[in-house]
Amino acid sequence: MATAYLKRFLLSLALIAFAGLARAQQAEVDLVGGRDAATPIAVVPFGGDAGVEIASIIRADLARSGQFRPLADADMVERPTETSEVNFPFWRTLGQDWLLVGRVVGDLAVQYELFDVAGQQRVLGQVKSGPGSALRDIAHQIADDVYEKITGTRGAFWTRLAYVTVEGVGKASRYSIMVSDADGHGARSVASYGAPLMSPAWSPDGRSLAYVSFESGNSAIYVQDLASGARERVTSFPGINSAPAFSPDGRRLAMTLSRSGDPEIYVMDLGSRGLTQVTRQSGIDTAPAWSADGAYLYFTSDRGGRPQVYRASASGGAATRVTFEGGYNADPALSPDSKKTAVVQGSGNSYRIALMDTSLGSARWSPLSPGSLDESPAFAPNGSMLVYAGRDGSRGALYVISADGRVRERLPAAGADVRDPAWSPYRPVR
Amino acid sequence: MHPIPRLLFVAMACVGMAACSKKVKETPPPATPAAPTAPSTGEATTAPYTPKPGAYTQADLDRDACLRIRAFYFDLDRDNVKSEAQNAILCHAKYLRDRPMARLTLEGHTDERGSQEYNLGLGERRGNAVAQALQAQGASASQVIVVSYGEERPECRESNEACWSQNRRVDLNYTVP
Repeated sequence: MATAYLKRFLLSLALIAFAGLARAQQAEVDLVGGRDAATPIAVVPFGGDAGVEIASIIRADLARSGQFRPLADADMVERPTETSEVNFPFWRTLGQDWLLVGRVVGDLAVQYELFDVAGQQRVLGQVKSGPGSALRDIAHQIADDVYEKITGTRGAFWTRLAYVTVEGVGKASRYSIMVSDADGHGARSVASYGAPLMSPAWSPDGRSLAYVSFESGNSAIYVQDLASGARERVTSFPGINSAPAFSPDGRRLAMTLSRSGDPEIYVMDLGSRGLTQVTRQSGIDTAPAWSADGAYLYFTSDRGGRPQVYRASASGGAATRVTFEGGYNADPALSPDSKKTAVVQGSGNSYRIALMDTSLGSARWSPLSPGSLDESPAFAPNGSMLVYAGRDGSRGALYVISADGRVRERLPAAGADVRDPAWSPYRPVR
Repeated sequence: MHPIPRLLFVAMACVGMAACSKKVKETPPPATPAAPTAPSTGEATTAPYTPKPGAYTQADLDRDACLRIRAFYFDLDRDNVKSEAQNAILCHAKYLRDRPMARLTLEGHTDERGSQEYNLGLGERRGNAVAQALQAQGASASQVIVVSYGEERPECRESNEACWSQNRRVDLNYTVP
């Protein structure tokens, strides 16, 4: 009995030594800073046919958040799938705070249990079921449950991304609006034209996308229902029609129009189609983003010479400058609590995503992405992660980065050149 | 001696001369300029238009070396039309004056750096700068439309200055010649 335990202990030590090596082999994930502050969790491969796949999806989700340090698969000599098989001292030896086990029964029901290793108790036990095609959905939902149980914040892994892919160069290019899971899997095209498409924006109910299409020979804003594919052109004024952004209540659409001669911010009431002009200023005003309460719009303006972020009431009136650090700040994206603003920050030949945190009063800046051609930041609905467009060699690629900047992952998005991501709101739990 | 002052002198001399752009033609002008009485051109039947002597014709769009310049290039974050583009501005303005039915779309472009939305505004500024230069030389505002593509439609997709300088441009696209 004691010998068996000692053996197991020695094996564990050997495995810990190799853990670093195994982690280095995880493709596409970049540890920017240390992960020491991240919570160690063991997600054991679930029992049953799809159990290994489900556990690896959950592990990847938790790692991407930057708040968890999942144990490498190879380190799990013990593979419990239910309470009676859990040997707490083993997991404590491996330095794990949390343990997730589960099993797949039938096609498809997934039972899972989360354990607090130090307290030696089960803190979560549930069953999720659905058709076989819902395997990835179920895995992301379990990751959300685990994330919420441990951090107290709702998980945002079972969400989606919309983005643009471009194939070809010049006038022969083909542009598509794609929708995928938040981890880049399951991408499908929702619109495709031989003219530029850009700026997809989610409605707050997640059912439709607003986007810009040049299919008519000039920019125009469309709103498309995702389930039916039906769409409507909402603006096609002479000049620029761009940067649509739904208000938090979904009733209004902020946008940029240059029908008056230069780009200005407008708000359209989607019921009446009436337009309210928010900015009246020479120079470029564009890229509006709503505050969570729907009262303010943050936007890019070069009224002072160079692009900076300003804020104005969504019903119009004077604008206040928000960013003062750096010569180029554009494309503001607000965290759900409106306390953090992500921007494209330019300096010299480098454009990177930077974060301005005002939760402690005065603005504190931190660089998020390495550059040098990064743009279009967007927060996950829980604020824990951001997605942005950067480069991967000579191609555009999407990156998800934890809000603390410590973990960055390049998403396996399909398509030649990928850009302009937008993170969906939460999906209604079935 | 120096080529640039000489070019400038030619460009300045051209301003006052109605038909000076013919000096840079690659090919000789048509032996018989499209006569007002010639009904063989489809154009004469669709529009009652009588070109003035020395006026540009539709065929010059493909023949005239100056009119064949269909892109103007810009410096980073700038929207001023460069002095080297002045000659082409003059001949395109003359073409639009000579052919009031002609319609020109100016497509404004930027390189890939920085915000896509901001670049859409910058592309429009460049298009507007060319439109204003053409109008200053007598083209009618109703003949010229500006469409900005921002960084969405590059000619070249590499991330270096050689490529970026090709993408910072305004394309001239005659939708009605």
